[in-house]
Amino acid sequence: MRIGVVTFPGTLDDVDAQRAVRIGGNEAVALWHGDHDLKGVDAVILPGGFSYGDYLRCGAISRFSPVMTEVIEAAGKGLPVLGICNGFQVLCESHLLPGALIRNDHRRFICRDQRLRIENADTAWTTAFEQGQEIVVPLKNGEGQFVADAETVARLEGEGRVVARYLEVNPNGSVNDIAGIANEAGNVVGLMPHPEHAVEELTGSGTDGLGFFTSLAARVFA
Amino acid sequence: MPRVVVDVMPKPEILDPQGKAVLGALPRLGFTGVTEVRQGKRFELEVAEINDGVLADIEKLADTFLANTVIENYTVRVES
Repeated sequence: MRIGVVTFPGTLDDVDAQRAVRIGGNEAVALWHGDHDLKGVDAVILPGGFSYGDYLRCGAISRFSPVMTEVIEAAGKGLPVLGICNGFQVLCESHLLPGALIRNDHRRFICRDQRLRIENADTAWTTAFEQGQEIVVPLKNGEGQFVADAETVARLEGEGRVVARYLEVNPNGSVNDIAGIANEAGNVVGLMPHPEHAVEELTGSGTDGLGFFTSLAARVFA
Repeated sequence: MPRVVVDVMPKPEILDPQGKAVLGALPRLGFTGVTEVRQGKRFELEVAEINDGVLADIEKLADTFLANTVIENYTVRVES
């Protein structure tokens, strides 16, 4: 499959995400924030970083970039979209996902290998995992605290839309230890940890993140 | 040039780590009477003129861009 990876000004992890896409057996297609063009890709990844310097709010300016107009429209029609870290923030600012991400409750940037539990293995991006599977992937954020009103959290939990949950420690104060969520249809997923940094034994914390980059193919050919 | 001010504040129920950091520094500076600090943003928008259309546009701008109404409240006022 052809998976687009968007580069915004200030994006950091686009090259790692492209590499993860290729290691996952897919073709990586570079997408540019300033283009109204998704180049006919089958899915889109919004990678991590500090797009537009995190000015105003993380993801707030990226959300109005030309490429996001196309991503928002296509996501509404079912295009699989994965937002990692800053990409998760962009998805929340775009209202493709509910809630918001604010500064970590302890006010420090955190960088650690984080244990997670996959809570929903039915989304477009998680079918390669077993329900309840525990994985370890790097986490690195300053503004990763997921917040939402009680009604929204109850709906996310009730509808099984919590995709991944922090285990052992809550690294940023996220409500209900939420590390990632999905939209109602399950095609849009936002994740604060970085699976693209855990796809090869040589680097990173192992290969536990690979499933996020092989799930699409598994779904299509299942 | 007329000026419109948009104040954006984190909602009361949202944790404000920056405000807490400021509050934590106050005793070290000798200020002891302050019990709570909330940190927000102030936007000053210069406009050619003030009319209902301009104010409606700025209201929309504040609601969709300057503030994230999931976590923040805002006010719009004309500065005289």
